[in-house]
Amino acid sequence: MIEVTNLTRYYGERRAVDAASFSIGANEVVGFLGLNGAGKTTTLKVLAGLLPASEGSVTMDGEVLDTSSVAMRAQIGFLPEDPPLYLEMTVRDFVRFVGGLRGMSAAAIEARLPGVLDLCQLGEVTHRVIGELSHGFRKRVGIAQAIIHQPRLVILDEPISGLDPVQIVEMRKVIQGLKSDCTVLVSSHILSEISQTCDRILVLNSGRLVAQGTEQELSGLFQSTGSVDLTVRAEEAQATEALESCESVESISVLGQSDGCVELRVKMSSDAREELVSILVNAGMGVRRVDHSHDELEDIFLELTRSGADKEAS
Amino acid sequence: MRQVFLLVRRELGAYLNTTWGWSILTFVLLIDGLLFNAFAMGGKQKYSADVLTEFFYFSSGTTMIAGILLTMRLLAEERQTGTIVILQTAPISESQVVLGKFLGAWSFLTLITALTAFMPALIFVHGKLSIGQILAGYLGLLLLGAATVAIGTFGSALARNQLLAAVLGGGMLVIMLLGWMLGQVTEPPVSEIFSYVALWDRHFQPFQEGRINTEGIVFYLSITLGFLLLATRTLQMRRWR
Repeated sequence: MIEVTNLTRYYGERRAVDAASFSIGANEVVGFLGLNGAGKTTTLKVLAGLLPASEGSVTMDGEVLDTSSVAMRAQIGFLPEDPPLYLEMTVRDFVRFVGGLRGMSAAAIEARLPGVLDLCQLGEVTHRVIGELSHGFRKRVGIAQAIIHQPRLVILDEPISGLDPVQIVEMRKVIQGLKSDCTVLVSSHILSEISQTCDRILVLNSGRLVAQGTEQELSGLFQSTGSVDLTVRAEEAQATEALESCESVESISVLGQSDGCVELRVKMSSDAREELVSILVNAGMGVRRVDHSHDELEDIFLELTRSGADKEAS
Repeated sequence: MRQVFLLVRRELGAYLNTTWGWSILTFVLLIDGLLFNAFAMGGKQKYSADVLTEFFYFSSGTTMIAGILLTMRLLAEERQTGTIVILQTAPISESQVVLGKFLGAWSFLTLITALTAFMPALIFVHGKLSIGQILAGYLGLLLLGAATVAIGTFGSALARNQLLAAVLGGGMLVIMLLGWMLGQVTEPPVSEIFSYVALWDRHFQPFQEGRINTEGIVFYLSITLGFLLLATRTLQMRRWR
């Protein structure tokens, strides 16, 4: 659906995006992951037609997408990090206004509006003035304005920034709900969020696209970062000694101890989960839990950004 | 054109739903009323036509000030609050955005101007007055208002915040008003050019005296169109950067 070829964008002398190339299929939820200043927002703005590319091209279904593509804008919905809202308007009036501005007829807006308000979970605040709403609701109104015209591509820049845990869970549902109708691009520097909401991840570092793929594919790029969390019914020293006998084990750290069990994080050079369990059981210890390390994605991300920085330095 | 109408309606709603719009409306009516009572109606006895001429003289000043105050927020506020993204991502051209914004502000200024009509009505009831002079005067105010709103729209397109927009719009307005002074201290043909581009002196006076002159109409429409084109160009250039 979208083909990005050697996309480069300068701000003066500074190169914010450096020859990024990737493609995105229809009805995919793709996450842009990167530290602050990595080039996520700039990339999304170019895809939204808000900024021209300095070099390279962006096409949507074969048609070139740039800042002068007025007709193409009807196919795109964009939510910046700070939702663009007219605070003096009510939610319903605002979404109607944006729909009209994007070329929808009054009848089409009325037909589409209930579904959009429902999807964005705005039913209880439709008649309230936007200026009176909480940050979480404002974000959802921002999404409603981005999707009211049934765009084929929805771009959400940091949709969960500033939200509380309850709002994050609700926002996750909203983003997942969009997938059936359109392609969704989401940017975030919150790794766990990207991994939970996106089908595929594009990792940006210093303007460069340093990796792309599913979480599993990215894990495969850095085997050494494979780690597993274990809960073992044994003493700490006994469990550690047994695990160290496995050749694949690189390091062991203790996460905690309770009720005669010890929680360990084992970092491995290759996937040796079955061997670890076998060693522990044969040594007479009970294995209560074997789980992927929750910090795994963080490790991958740090590895990717570190290797990007190393390349730059060399 | 439907999108332009939507923008006009939204701008009107923004003026009517905020204290800013009502403050400007109150300011114009209050100042016009005070000046009308103190100067136009006060002092020695005058003909009704002269009272009306003085009313349009004062009103032209408040119209220009109101024009700048109304337009300072048009595009600068959108940029300041980030809502410009809504316009930039909508399938509408920059010229449509500028036209919608201009018509919204000008419609509200026209509403304010229409509300001053009770003052000429008082002269009309108590004196002897030609309807033609009233209509010509109001036509002049609407044209002067359109030109001022266009200048303000351009100032707002240039600026990053509302205060700067007011300074830029007001500055351009003052420069254009002072053209007649430069016309007096320079030699022809330069003096003719300065006199011609002066926003008020040569072009508004016939209207306030009840004369509709084609030159004035063409002048104000040209200024309006010219500044709207400049505002459009400014938005386009911002998009290309």
